[in-house]
Amino acid sequence: MFRSILSGDMPRSAVLSILLAVIFACLALAPFLFPGVRSIDTAARICVFIALVASYDLLLGYGGIVSFAHTMFFGIGAYGVALALTHMGRGFDAIIVGSVAGAVVAALLALLIGLFSLRVRAIFFAMITLAVASAVAVLASQLSGLTGGEDGLTFKLPRELGPAFKFGTEMFGGELFGVKLNGKLLAYYLVFAGALVLFLLLLRIVNSPFGRVLQAIRENDFRAEAIGYRVVYYRVAATCLSAAAAALAGSLYAIWLRYVGPDTTLSMELMIDILLMVVIGGMGTMYGAVIGATLFVLAQNYLQNLMGAASGLVEGIPVLPQLLSADRWLLWLGVLFILSVYFFPTGIVGRLRSGR
Amino acid sequence: MTTAAPKHTPKMAELSLGQRLAPWMPVLLVPVLVALGALAIPQTSSWLTLTVSGLAMGMMIFIMASGLTLVFGLMDVINFGHGAFVSIGAFVGVSVLLMLGQMTGAPSLGLNLIALMLAVVGAMAATGAVGWAFEKVIVMPVYGHHLKQILVTMGGLIVIEQLIIVLWGPEEIYITRPEALKGAITFAGAALEKYRLVAVVVGLIVFAAMRFVLRRTKIGLIVRAGVQNGEMVEALGYRLRRVFVGVFIAGSALAGLGGVMWGLYQEVITAHMGNDAMILIFIVVIIGGLGSVEGCFIGALLVGLMQNYVAYIEPKAALISNIALMVLILMWRPMGMIPVVKAK
Repeated sequence: MFRSILSGDMPRSAVLSILLAVIFACLALAPFLFPGVRSIDTAARICVFIALVASYDLLLGYGGIVSFAHTMFFGIGAYGVALALTHMGRGFDAIIVGSVAGAVVAALLALLIGLFSLRVRAIFFAMITLAVASAVAVLASQLSGLTGGEDGLTFKLPRELGPAFKFGTEMFGGELFGVKLNGKLLAYYLVFAGALVLFLLLLRIVNSPFGRVLQAIRENDFRAEAIGYRVVYYRVAATCLSAAAAALAGSLYAIWLRYVGPDTTLSMELMIDILLMVVIGGMGTMYGAVIGATLFVLAQNYLQNLMGAASGLVEGIPVLPQLLSADRWLLWLGVLFILSVYFFPTGIVGRLRSGR
Repeated sequence: MTTAAPKHTPKMAELSLGQRLAPWMPVLLVPVLVALGALAIPQTSSWLTLTVSGLAMGMMIFIMASGLTLVFGLMDVINFGHGAFVSIGAFVGVSVLLMLGQMTGAPSLGLNLIALMLAVVGAMAATGAVGWAFEKVIVMPVYGHHLKQILVTMGGLIVIEQLIIVLWGPEEIYITRPEALKGAITFAGAALEKYRLVAVVVGLIVFAAMRFVLRRTKIGLIVRAGVQNGEMVEALGYRLRRVFVGVFIAGSALAGLGGVMWGLYQEVITAHMGNDAMILIFIVVIIGGLGSVEGCFIGALLVGLMQNYVAYIEPKAALISNIALMVLILMWRPMGMIPVVKAK
């Protein structure tokens, strides 16, 4: 039963199993374990990013293809939900239509880009996605009539997902273990369940025969072609699947934030964050996405304060305060990124698995 | 019984016009695009202004992109951090210009040019040095591994951008061009900015010099041979790695030169300007054919012209038009306009 839920891909390391179980339990019970607006927000972000990073890992870790357009697909999903909810009214039908439409558009766009670039050289894909993604980001901020431009779109969710909606008043008196039973709780569990389903689906995909072929192509595309697999088809299919999954993760993010804007969904910074999460967690393992996303989001939320404090400590010494200030967070991430590509190419999960 | 070999009947028919034109098609695309621009923009004066600024922009993109394409051709290294050199070049060059404030402020062409030369030399020296270190620290450990190259050079780009912010501060720096290069001259009713004309001239000089080095000198011969078949060149006793480091440094220095020119063109510099320029640089390198300097030159001119014409007709479509141009060219020639044939 448990094996088949995980598609036969067990963590294969005691430490990793415990870590995953702890993360799962914390996320599943987050509203009860860590009440408070900020910590719930962090938990929801972790859920969304696990799904998003897992979808990117399908491309980077399993397919060996570097894409810089993943935030674009993420953004398409988010804008899909936002536009549907703005124009169709606040209903669950709008959410479904928006996310399905977003996923389809993302997959089609991925198909187009993939057919253009992957048939010649996998390396073209990285450059072309970079160009297309930045063009789309510029376009999204220019077409302000449709997308709200730089300000983005704020929209209303169905009433059932808002804090004003109360339930269980007669059964539990409106509270369970001191947590108010309202729509915000439902929204969290919608995001959690969505991310969980997406993650398990992706796990299923990479452990299917299709996933095997992708890994074979990553290791040696020439040989895979010689055995008789059409490398281009597999690569394009992986791109489309990963784009659709990213778009669905984007829909979840939009549902949680009740807002979309170019900075939160389309920016280059976000793309770099995703790359870091995949590399730190471990490329080529879906569990790496879980570990990477969790660590990264936690660090982003809580470590930046620490850096600010450290910068305060070294006040007076030239250059050092600037190097340590919280705004230079990206500098240290870059260093960490380079070092982990050199020294831990298999990431945390790879380390844990080999250190058995 | 043996069958006779098929009769060999060579035909001496002349090549058709299409066949003879085929190798020149990429070169012809530039005048074709200029002519299309003339059709789309009725006023001759604005067309002329736009053409000059398109050519100027193309030349600057070429200067920035040429190093990238050569580095790829020679060593199969794809450097996503190339944009960092553009930023460094711009910041160093502009700092030098700001220090020489009284020279750039004086309305004398000679003093202005000396200041500009100093800025360019400073920028190129700085980016060349950083390029050398970048090659040693970041690129060398990941030869022959594209995926890691992309990731690591991207990491290098982030680090350099952040270091620029640490050294120069997070605010964008506004600059004015040297006194003698301000303003425009009027030619046939069209206002042509002096600076753009200078950019065109500098671009042409760089292209000519590069072609001379690649076609007429021994080192150029080794580089071209290395692009085609590196193993063979090494078997003949040349240390291709050293040549490669040289090309990497030269490419970085050119990116620095391009950065100074680009910064003066925009009149504002930011730490991420190099990364922004990378979008156009990648388009240019892809449509030119990775590894081909001539293709890069033609591609840069096409992109510069396209950007300016379309921005005049419909400002919002400028970036999209370049992507459309890339798509069209890749449909026509999937490896780029002048594909580099590797003997492997």
